[in-house]
Amino acid sequence: MKQVYAVPKSLQPQATHYCPGCTHGIAHKLVAETIDELGVRDRAIGVAPVGCAVFAYDYFDCDFQQAAHGRAPAVATGIRRVVPDAVVFTYQGDGDLASIGAAEIIHAAMRGERISVIFINNAVYGMTGGQMAPTTLVGQKTTTSPAGRELGHAGSPIRIAEMLATIPGAAYVARVSLSSPANVARAKKAIRKAFDTQLSGAGFSLVECLSTCPTNWGMAPIEAMEWLEKNMIPYYPLGEFRTPEGGASNG
Amino acid sequence: MAERKLFKGNEAVAEAAVRAGCRFFFGYPITPQNEIPEYMSRRLPEVGGVFLQAESEIAAINMVYGAAGAGGRVMTSSSSPGISLKQEGISYIAGAELPCLIVNMVRGGPGLGGIQAAQSDYFQAVKGGGHGDYHCIVYTPSSVQEMVDLTMQAFDVAERYRMPVMILGDAVLGQMMEPVVLPDPRPTDAASAGWATTGARDGRAPRLINSIYLKPDELFQHNLKLQARFEQAKAAEVRYEAVNTDDADVVLVAYGTTSRVCRSAMDRARAAGVRVGLVRPITVSPFPYQAIADVARTARALLTVEMSLGQMVEDVRLAVCGAAPVHFYGTTGGIVPTASAIAEEARKIAMAEVGK
Amino acid sequence: MSKVVFDEAKCKGCSICVHFCPKKVIQMADRINAKGYHPAYLADEGNCISCGICGRMCPDAAIEVFKP
Ligand SMILES: Cc1ncc(C[n+]2csc(CCOP(=O)(O)OP(=O)(O)O)c2C)c(N)n1
Ligand code: SF4
Ligand code: SF4
Ligand code: SF4
Ligand SMILES: [Mg+2]
Repeated sequence: MKQVYAVPKSLQPQATHYCPGCTHGIAHKLVAETIDELGVRDRAIGVAPVGCAVFAYDYFDCDFQQAAHGRAPAVATGIRRVVPDAVVFTYQGDGDLASIGAAEIIHAAMRGERISVIFINNAVYGMTGGQMAPTTLVGQKTTTSPAGRELGHAGSPIRIAEMLATIPGAAYVARVSLSSPANVARAKKAIRKAFDTQLSGAGFSLVECLSTCPTNWGMAPIEAMEWLEKNMIPYYPLGEFRTPEGGASNG
Repeated sequence: MAERKLFKGNEAVAEAAVRAGCRFFFGYPITPQNEIPEYMSRRLPEVGGVFLQAESEIAAINMVYGAAGAGGRVMTSSSSPGISLKQEGISYIAGAELPCLIVNMVRGGPGLGGIQAAQSDYFQAVKGGGHGDYHCIVYTPSSVQEMVDLTMQAFDVAERYRMPVMILGDAVLGQMMEPVVLPDPRPTDAASAGWATTGARDGRAPRLINSIYLKPDELFQHNLKLQARFEQAKAAEVRYEAVNTDDADVVLVAYGTTSRVCRSAMDRARAAGVRVGLVRPITVSPFPYQAIADVARTARALLTVEMSLGQMVEDVRLAVCGAAPVHFYGTTGGIVPTASAIAEEARKIAMAEVGK
Repeated sequence: MSKVVFDEAKCKGCSICVHFCPKKVIQMADRINAKGYHPAYLADEGNCISCGICGRMCPDAAIEVFKP
């Protein structure tokens, strides 16, 4: 029988600690598939964040560094400068990247740092118990916005992909969603493009992945995917916001 | 190829680092150490290295983490407010057992403070400025030559113990011009070859640079390992200079810039017939407890002099452990104590002790 | 060999594969696996079209798909 779908080789065989139905796992597989396809496992160096993906290093079969909260782009910069032919990627949540690490991600993009960033936007701080994130939608209830995020008090959710796409050094910026087979297929293409961008030397690349946190959203996994499609995609439109060729395709 | 040259302290540190094989520098501007990044921005590209001005001290120290973890010989430099920001990264570097050099050309604080020389970051440097149970090795040079020599040595020591090493200078030392002998450049060998994340090539197992140990017993063991390594450093790396301590009634204890002033104060006092000696710690972490305990057995009293309101004096008291009175004289905010004031202080102490 | 091979030990019973299977041929078992979850299994192999969707969507890399 011909194999139609195989577990990527760059993934370690062990089970993850993620909650049932958490899309962190899907993102991991897409990154590992990309590393497999490009044949770069032996020069890939990942940087794990602080957040639910802190143990990402246990799941990928390549070198890893674990970074302080939000500092993964700075750590990746240090690695990149020391090992010029490495394939360097960070894997960061929305609290990590868009809040405490906002300066680091902006300046890595500004420098056109040849790294690929996998940005998991699940609209909450997953690991610490579902507190409000900079990406939490207006009206969304979290453990620190019990009445729902209030615009006049907490401001509006940050659109990282759009923001970074204004930066010339950011050669490839896309937003994808991990909420359906079609969207996952597009996500795979985007992650591949991000790594291709790095390998071609074009500059910084980032793929924002709209993700679910069934546990802290208080939803079943499928219900969470539906909620994402209904509530997050309208505010966080999918598409490529910047490509090395200079194009963009929204929606 | 050893060279004699007139050098400003900050530039001497930078040149010595390059000669020690440092090839990566990440920093952020702050007075009074700007000559270090400026020098590195010119010099490192000449030797195939990388100078990068980061967006903040936080980013700079985390770049150091990444670079050190990837096997680069790497440093950063800053001054007090910037070093406060670096503490997060220093704690992670210590936890992940990474070697690097951090230079602090101390200025007065707290807060934005001033830009003149101070020694008020002693606690932060010596007692572990970041969170967790860790130590850095901290050198306190007192001349431009010593800045060169200790910078050269700092990288070796950092790699030997796999821990961050700090040069604790100050604004005076950074700006001072003195003739120095520059040692020959050293080859950059890969002391990190066995553990650095450079890509799992040629079939080797993946490597990890990490400071998280969620299981209490594992974190306990990890801390014991870090502690054991610092114990080795305590046994092998303590450095100090003792001058005229054999017959001294009053022994001054001072490091860095204040130790230079204390030397003049000692000479003045001796010329006036007061027997004064000096112990000058060259490492303040590990601290020369034994050397100070030894002088406390023969001296009538000790006088700690600092450009702070009393930080190192706590370690002096720990060393002396009640064996002799420990006095303190300090100035802060960018004021360097004068030799005459210190000599007068020493004379008063000597008179009081002899009169007892 | 089955068209869809489940690594039952890794399955967390999230039912994402069940939901997205276009032929609705995956079901959740009544029994529980070592982790305490009801594992997914291929209930109707005859109607499976080996599209691979279940494999691609499983967050826990618990599924591999084959085509005869
Ligand atoms: C300096 C610092 N501040 C706070 C924390 C606590 N903390 C751990 S994970 C986390 C939030 C992570 O959220 P996110 O980045 O969105 O990742 P997710 O868990 O949602 O994937 C926080 C605040 C920390 N570890 N370090
Ligand atoms: S808390 Fe949320 S983000 Fe974290 S593993 Fe669980 S579902 Fe995923
Ligand atoms: S391969 Fe396709 S048809 Fe077969 S079980 Fe999986 S999703 Fe269903
Ligand atoms: S998607 Fe994977 S983990 Fe979820 S039920 Fe199916 S096999 Fe199990
Ligand atoms: Mg999150």
